Amino acid sequence: MDLVYMTAHELHDKLTSKQISAEEVCREYLDRIEKVEDRLKAYMTVTGDLALNQARSVDKRIASGESIPPLAGIPIAVKDNMCTEGIRTTCSSKILYNFVPPYNATVVEKILAGGMVLMGKTNMDEFAMGSSTENSGFYTTSNPWDTERVPGGSSGGSAVAVAAGETVFSLGSDTGGSIRQPASLCGVVGIKPTYGAVSRYGLVAFASSLDQIGCFSRDVTDCAVLLNLITGHDPLDSTSAPGQKTDYTGFLNRPIKGLRVGVPVEYMGEGIDPGVRAVINDALKVLASQGAVIEEASLPHSKYAIPVYYLIATAEASSNLARYDGVRYGYRAEDPGDVVDMFMRTRSRGFGTEVKRRIMLGTYALSTGYYDAYYLKALKVRTLIKQDFDRAFDKYDVLISPTSPGTAFRKGEKVDDPLQMYLSDITTISVNLAGIPGISVPAGFSGGLPVGMQIMGRPFDEGTLIGVAHAFERDTDHHARFPEL
Amino acid sequence: MAQYETVIGLEVHVELKTNTKIFCHSSTRFGGDPNTHVCPVCLGLPGVLPVLNKKVVEYATRVGLALKCSIAQYSKFDRKNYYYPDLPKNYQISQYDLPLAERGYLDIDTEEGIKRIGITRVHMEEDAGKLVHQGTISTTPYSLVDYNRTGVPLIEIVSEPDMRTPEEARAYLEKLKAIIQYTGISDCKMEEGSLRCDANVSIRPVGSDELGTKTEIKNMNSFRSLQRALRYEVERQVEALEEGGGIIQETRTWDEAKGITLSMRSKEEAHDYRYFPDPDLVPMVIDPDWVEEIRASLPELPDRRKERYVADYGLPAYDASVITATKELADYFEECLAGYPNAKAASNWVMGDLSRLLNAGNLDISQCPIKPDQLAGLLKLMDNGTISGKIAKTVFEEMFETGKDPDLIVREKGLVQISDEGAISTAVDDVLAANPKVAEDFRTGKEKALGFLVGQVMKVTRGKANPEMVNKMLKEKIK
Repeated sequence: MDLVYMTAHELHDKLTSKQISAEEVCREYLDRIEKVEDRLKAYMTVTGDLALNQARSVDKRIASGESIPPLAGIPIAVKDNMCTEGIRTTCSSKILYNFVPPYNATVVEKILAGGMVLMGKTNMDEFAMGSSTENSGFYTTSNPWDTERVPGGSSGGSAVAVAAGETVFSLGSDTGGSIRQPASLCGVVGIKPTYGAVSRYGLVAFASSLDQIGCFSRDVTDCAVLLNLITGHDPLDSTSAPGQKTDYTGFLNRPIKGLRVGVPVEYMGEGIDPGVRAVINDALKVLASQGAVIEEASLPHSKYAIPVYYLIATAEASSNLARYDGVRYGYRAEDPGDVVDMFMRTRSRGFGTEVKRRIMLGTYALSTGYYDAYYLKALKVRTLIKQDFDRAFDKYDVLISPTSPGTAFRKGEKVDDPLQMYLSDITTISVNLAGIPGISVPAGFSGGLPVGMQIMGRPFDEGTLIGVAHAFERDTDHHARFPEL
Repeated sequence: MAQYETVIGLEVHVELKTNTKIFCHSSTRFGGDPNTHVCPVCLGLPGVLPVLNKKVVEYATRVGLALKCSIAQYSKFDRKNYYYPDLPKNYQISQYDLPLAERGYLDIDTEEGIKRIGITRVHMEEDAGKLVHQGTISTTPYSLVDYNRTGVPLIEIVSEPDMRTPEEARAYLEKLKAIIQYTGISDCKMEEGSLRCDANVSIRPVGSDELGTKTEIKNMNSFRSLQRALRYEVERQVEALEEGGGIIQETRTWDEAKGITLSMRSKEEAHDYRYFPDPDLVPMVIDPDWVEEIRASLPELPDRRKERYVADYGLPAYDASVITATKELADYFEECLAGYPNAKAASNWVMGDLSRLLNAGNLDISQCPIKPDQLAGLLKLMDNGTISGKIAKTVFEEMFETGKDPDLIVREKGLVQISDEGAISTAVDDVLAANPKVAEDFRTGKEKALGFLVGQVMKVTRGKANPEMVNKMLKEKIK
């Protein structure tokens, strides 16, 4: 089997049994990047020399007889909105084109401490605002299943890097579906953990109350192994959850007989592509065949999710993105007349259209006289949306829906229609508003393009999601199909 | 001309004396090379998150309690959004609608007696950095920015508009400073910016219940400039109304050199701060038992201490007020009393000669070269007759200059008072022999002549003769 399509658990066995060295693995992946990057543009920065050095040091540990942790020597790519010390971190924005952080995000510290090999930083929609990577300030990433199509977003580069064998793992961030939707469109596993499960320290903020780091992998087992490494309390993040660490691999290989599955009608009706719906219905049959009890469920406030999201997320973004002013780092407009001119021209030129659109929306929503009608009202409706989920989880262990209403769309198809673009997140956004975990797993194909199934669970019940996803994966082989490149 | 009443409210910012900043581990030390007390968090680099320093909540609670406020059980931080290059995130983490402490007061002394000034709220926030430029920010070719101060914890104390004169405003600020210093949470140095004050001022016809249009005055860097700025601003507003004009709601800056206030920005130019709860910080749930622990640990505050000085030491209320105005001075005074029991005599020296020399040297009491036990020693030497009051003043000045013990100075300079009858008698005889005419004058009833003779005896003994004995002996010998 092709090395670049192996899972981490397979590679770990080969490394520890000395069938292959970490350096060989790393070189293999760097060659793959070399071969496909022209067409895909998944990466913003490839850190080849650093990766080889890290791989060699893992080889030394293996040679010295040390027993290495499960992910040591395994390649990983990181979305370009997580700070990496000494490595450019752009958020795919011109305004940060030259920003080199002096510190590592907590999650980066953790993957380095785990001996993982950092392959580079991945392309994204600018500041994670978008669903296709078309909002990247630099270039659009292509979907490996059809390079005329988008990979989804905003973590499109991270999804493609895994799907196209340019890395084993990648990290992404998910504010309204930015991990799950590209995972679905690229045919890989992507999880957005519960808000607070993974430290946000060092993740460049888009919408602080919604942002959550998660990961992409080839299969559910790998997902569980990486989750073990990246979750846990961080004193540097006040919103990170205290408590004991969970071993997510303990949820693999569990039977799902009697599992109560709710399928929200709101996520299966109008607006969902019939091909996608058919794939999900087939997937539900697979679960039912293993003894899961499938029922129709309802999340009655779902129709408000998109407006609520675009008030809260933009309001927070308008404040979070205020710091990019040309004073301290990043792009600064040339020859400013005075300080106000510098602020205005730096931000006008440094930010792309979608980012500016959202900053304006958010600024408006927080303004005196509008705050109560927009922002405050949105917070209240957010509570109602969360209560919908609470009630549903009284009855069901998990909820299941399509991850995205459609398969990968053509580049340019939605760029001029932001509302249409926003609607492609309709099935994922509520999960962020409620702060609960969601995973997207390859569920089949429609028109030759991957379709993802989203499994949603109770707060901090990632274990159950892993269990259900793994049960599905055991009886299917969608995750083991790879694009022709 | 109509009679106007002045209405003043103050907003006071105080830097807290914590070791580290409010949301990170950087040092709060004043001074230091620019941008050396910084880290990714207080520089607001992309991706960083704030973590609240619990000491800040404790210190702010101390102040809230000292100002008789009620402490919130549930409080939160909000973002105050505005663009300025000294603010690295272009928003300040502050508190908006749920401040830590509310509804307190403090009492000030006025000519009409004690007056109570309401405290609206006390809230926590982070300080901004410092800009250095030539002229103003809009005309300078470039600005330099120092972020050492960024993230230093501040509390903002907002008063009710309860003050009616610039003098009351000054008394309020002095009292507030004293109380905060007593709680030990800030140095309150106006010159270093650890205590800053803005004032809201309006006037209205006497008898009116409605507030007039207010102006906000900034940039007052001392108690004196607060008082001057307010006097000027009140006059300016009265003139504007008398001339038939109106008051414009605006922010004005005090120009110390010119002695005037100047318009900075009008209401239309005022910021819309777009406050909203900071999603990076979780709300604070404050344990009432913890608040009670802090309350129990509060030191004796100025009002209580003043009462004790009057009751226990028998000091006049005025003396007690002056001495308790700063904790350091009151502590000094009490340490002095440990070695010398006469409180009134001690207070005379502390309020008189000691304050005079400190003011002349521009020193505060913590820098005083005379230690309290040394002052006590001097007063004892006077009481037991070793030195005269006059010599004591000389010794005192010597102590202030050299920091030496009074006994040592008296011994080194041979300043011990002459109380030996024989020695004094010899000197008296010599003076009478040299001034027979003056002695005759006194005998014939010219009382003033005695003073001259005493002076002569003191001169001969180089000031060391016991003046009472000289007096007595002269009278006896002339009769």
